[in-house]
Amino acid sequence: MKNAFLRYIILRVLQCLMVIFVGITVTFMIPRFTPVDPVEQAITRMTMFQQSTHPEALEEMRASLATLYGLEGSVFEQYLGFWGRLFRGDLGPSLSSFPRPVMTLIRTSLPWTAGLLLTSTIIAWSLGNIIGAFAGYFHHKKWSQVLGVMALVVWPIPYYIFAFLLLVLLAYVIPIFPLSGAFAIGSSPGLNWNFISSVLRHGFLPALSIVAIGFGGQFLGMRSLVSNVISEDYILYAEIAGVPNHRILKNYVIRNALLPQITGLALQLGMIFNGAMITEFVFSYPGIGYLAYTAIFSGDFGLIMGIAIFSIVAVALAVLIIDLLYPVFDPRVKLR
Amino acid sequence: MRSFFGILKDLLSRDGRFRFAFIALSALILFSLASYWSPHSPRFSFVVPPNMRPNLDYWFGTNSRGQDLFWMMTFATRNSLAFGLMTAALSRVISIFVGLTSGYKGGLYDRVLMAINDSFIVLPVLPILILLNFILRGQMNLFTLSLTMAFFGWAFDARLMRSQVLSLKEREFTNNAIFSGMKMHKITLKEHLPFVMPIVFSTWINNMMWAMGMEVTLSVLGLSNINIATIGTTIYWANQHQALISGVWWWLGAPVAISVLLFLSMYLTVISLNQHLDPRTRLQRIREATTDGT
Amino acid sequence: MALKIENLRAYYRSSEAGVATVVRAVDGVNLTIKENEIFGIAGESSCGKTTLIRTLSGTIKPPLEIVGGRVVYDIKEKEVDLFSLRSSEMRALRWKHVAYILQGSMSVLNPVRRVIKTFEDFTEAHERITDRKAFREKVNKHVLDLGLPIDVVTAYPHQLSGGMRQRVAIALATIFKPPVILADEPTTALDVVVQRGVLQLLKDIQRETGNTVVLVTHDMAVHANVADRVGIMYAGRIVEVGAVEDIFQRARHPYTQHLISSLPTIGDRTPRSALPGAPPSLANPPEGCRFHPRCEHAMDVCRREVPPMLEEENGHQTACFWANREAVS
Ligand SMILES: Nc1ncnc2c1ncn2[C@@H]1O[C@H](COP(=O)(O)OP(=O)(O)OP(=O)(O)O)[C@@H](O)[C@H]1O
Ligand code: SF4
Ligand SMILES: [Mg+2]
Repeated sequence: MKNAFLRYIILRVLQCLMVIFVGITVTFMIPRFTPVDPVEQAITRMTMFQQSTHPEALEEMRASLATLYGLEGSVFEQYLGFWGRLFRGDLGPSLSSFPRPVMTLIRTSLPWTAGLLLTSTIIAWSLGNIIGAFAGYFHHKKWSQVLGVMALVVWPIPYYIFAFLLLVLLAYVIPIFPLSGAFAIGSSPGLNWNFISSVLRHGFLPALSIVAIGFGGQFLGMRSLVSNVISEDYILYAEIAGVPNHRILKNYVIRNALLPQITGLALQLGMIFNGAMITEFVFSYPGIGYLAYTAIFSGDFGLIMGIAIFSIVAVALAVLIIDLLYPVFDPRVKLR
Repeated sequence: MRSFFGILKDLLSRDGRFRFAFIALSALILFSLASYWSPHSPRFSFVVPPNMRPNLDYWFGTNSRGQDLFWMMTFATRNSLAFGLMTAALSRVISIFVGLTSGYKGGLYDRVLMAINDSFIVLPVLPILILLNFILRGQMNLFTLSLTMAFFGWAFDARLMRSQVLSLKEREFTNNAIFSGMKMHKITLKEHLPFVMPIVFSTWINNMMWAMGMEVTLSVLGLSNINIATIGTTIYWANQHQALISGVWWWLGAPVAISVLLFLSMYLTVISLNQHLDPRTRLQRIREATTDGT
Repeated sequence: MALKIENLRAYYRSSEAGVATVVRAVDGVNLTIKENEIFGIAGESSCGKTTLIRTLSGTIKPPLEIVGGRVVYDIKEKEVDLFSLRSSEMRALRWKHVAYILQGSMSVLNPVRRVIKTFEDFTEAHERITDRKAFREKVNKHVLDLGLPIDVVTAYPHQLSGGMRQRVAIALATIFKPPVILADEPTTALDVVVQRGVLQLLKDIQRETGNTVVLVTHDMAVHANVADRVGIMYAGRIVEVGAVEDIFQRARHPYTQHLISSLPTIGDRTPRSALPGAPPSLANPPEGCRFHPRCEHAMDVCRREVPPMLEEENGHQTACFWANREAVS
């Protein structure tokens, strides 16, 4: 019994390491095996506005950029060096706000992304699953069908377009929410009501876009899971035995249908993170996604690289946490 | 296994959602094909008066670059669809290969392949794609873009195919076929293909939707080739000219409306197809068929 | 009398894309089941056994519909018409008076809850549990009385074997010591040794509490071993009812005769003659006697008219023109 549980945990940890390994290796290879040299690209961009640059100064810059990006030595040496720096938590300096380290920039953006993503994902997941469960259990009711159609229409729309539509509708056509940012310019960050209410007001639309799409997916998934579960014998048996509906729904239907949804959440976390990044570009919300957006426009290769690596590690760890929580809900993992 | 047209006819007659999706998709495909009769090339600007509201001459209006949005959208729809089709086709190759190998070979192959597979599922691909396209921008065309997208978009469907193979391996006829001395790859082709094909088809559409959605995101960030008309680049140019602020809302309205219609009908196609293929609804139909017959 | 079934008809009605189908799964069943007996219902697959027993339990959900007839339970000397009950009364009746063991009971336990929790849920549906500890002791005693190991109470279903799960299902059904137990194929998926244990359990419960058991199974050997009386079902109707010795030694209906003669007996190796043809579709059953397309004694009248159920002095009833030819003429 103990062994099965231990095996499960070891496998999950290995899988997490595998995700990090695959992701980091891919990011390592991209600048090295594409026909474009990021160093040359950076130099072109820098010299674009300066007519005359000394060839020697250029050479020097080239060399220092190559060191910065870890592009010296054989590919294998580079690869080892790459991992070495990662273990030290060193993602290199940012080019656009030189010499601030990429890690510092990410650290200032992280709370915004984490706050937005965590709250909106939890809301979307809980709402989607609870309402989806009701809709699946009472699938012949009118409201269930209406909700189903609504989720069906929202869910397939590309994330960017949906977020954009929300922005246009609720900040531009009917201007009830601010267009961009995370808090009003005048308010001073801190634990005061002005600041908090401003944060909430600014966060509302971005959160709404994540919640609406996430809700649609969870709702549709849960509804179809529930319609499978209610044809199981143990539901029929509980009904025959006269167990009240609300108890059947809670202890029998939801408890069982939720299990695949937990696994599903772990699998979709990467996609949810993508969505949060898109949300941040659209609403100019100062998190990791927006940081990536500014990096693109300032041509900051090091920053983009750092964000990619950071995102991979963060998502892999978050998935690991969900996986490790799973046995709490499913006794079959622990006790075999 | 009934023919493709048999399934189509069946779905059209039974399923209202599918009927809607089928009509909308056909219309959009015809619309995109109209690009071949376009009076203007999408590469030229100022061929029509700029900033005209939608009217009888210019159905979708014209943009600030003096392009007729109706004809621009025919190109954009065609390119986006072609891009989606291409990406889905390429990633289908990988996912079929991985899914079938994993499912049929089993053992160590299965474990290693699935570990890699699951890593690709979990990976947040947007930051990686941004990195890739950031380096390659300007050098990308639709084909190379779809190549890179295919590289990241196969994993989930490989898992689906693998589980389908596993369930097929359990079935009676596989054992019968093995006893009767059929070679494994022959079994795969003859007996299993009809069951794998529908999944290939439904994941194909799903993957197209994913790829086309990503294209919009990357284009809006200016990370694709912005000189090729697609749904994404149309939005990019509209944003560049601050279409909303200058009141040229139709410049954004056209691509947004078309993509909403397109994605909705693709999604409806997938769900009615999946429902059609679900063993339980299948059973229902078989029951009816037998009771009709007697 | 424990319960009485009068001209019961229960159909599955469904319509898809405008095509309506009606499966006449139970079509004119009359039976009286006595107190303190094990009544067996036999018949081949799809003849409507599960549908019959499900209607007896009052579990009528679409597409199943009661089209006609009555089911009357005798509760404390009072006759109660099952279908006239309100849903709250129906709920009160179920489990306390009538327990139902589903076909495929292996999967009736909630996989994510401990067995004791299911006991709690099922009990609380009918009475308040004020003292958890006392309740637990009651469950433990009940489980021990049935000869099950005490650990099953705290186990999760996946930790139990198939036979053990079946026994737990029986324990669940009998916690209130109900006067009527409906058991649908309780032994079908089990291997022979386990089967014997489960049957013995049912028999012991019956002997101790003196209640009525309606036991459905297609397995004639099981009926021979445990039933007091047996009803033979064919295509939605009961065709013969009698004491177990009468059915096995003096079967009168041609279908029953076939069932009995196809039973293997020790030392006999002569090949059995298979019944020609297949059972009819209940969506479109034959007119008259539903057995006539496969019956070697079929006469003209069999194709036109439904044979009436006639009873001999010893209570042996048969619905067959051929078997009852003396009585009719
Ligand atoms: N939900 C349903 N909808 C439509 N028809 C049904 C449904 N359930 C059962 N039937 C049909 O009703 C008839 C009787 O089924 P039933 O399950 O009562 O048979 P059974 O004698 O219990 O068979 P078995 O021995 O296989 O359990 C069959 O023809 C079956 O196909
Ligand atoms: S009634 Fe007729 S057909 Fe039916 S069993 Fe008797 S003899 Fe055969
Ligand atoms: Mg049955």
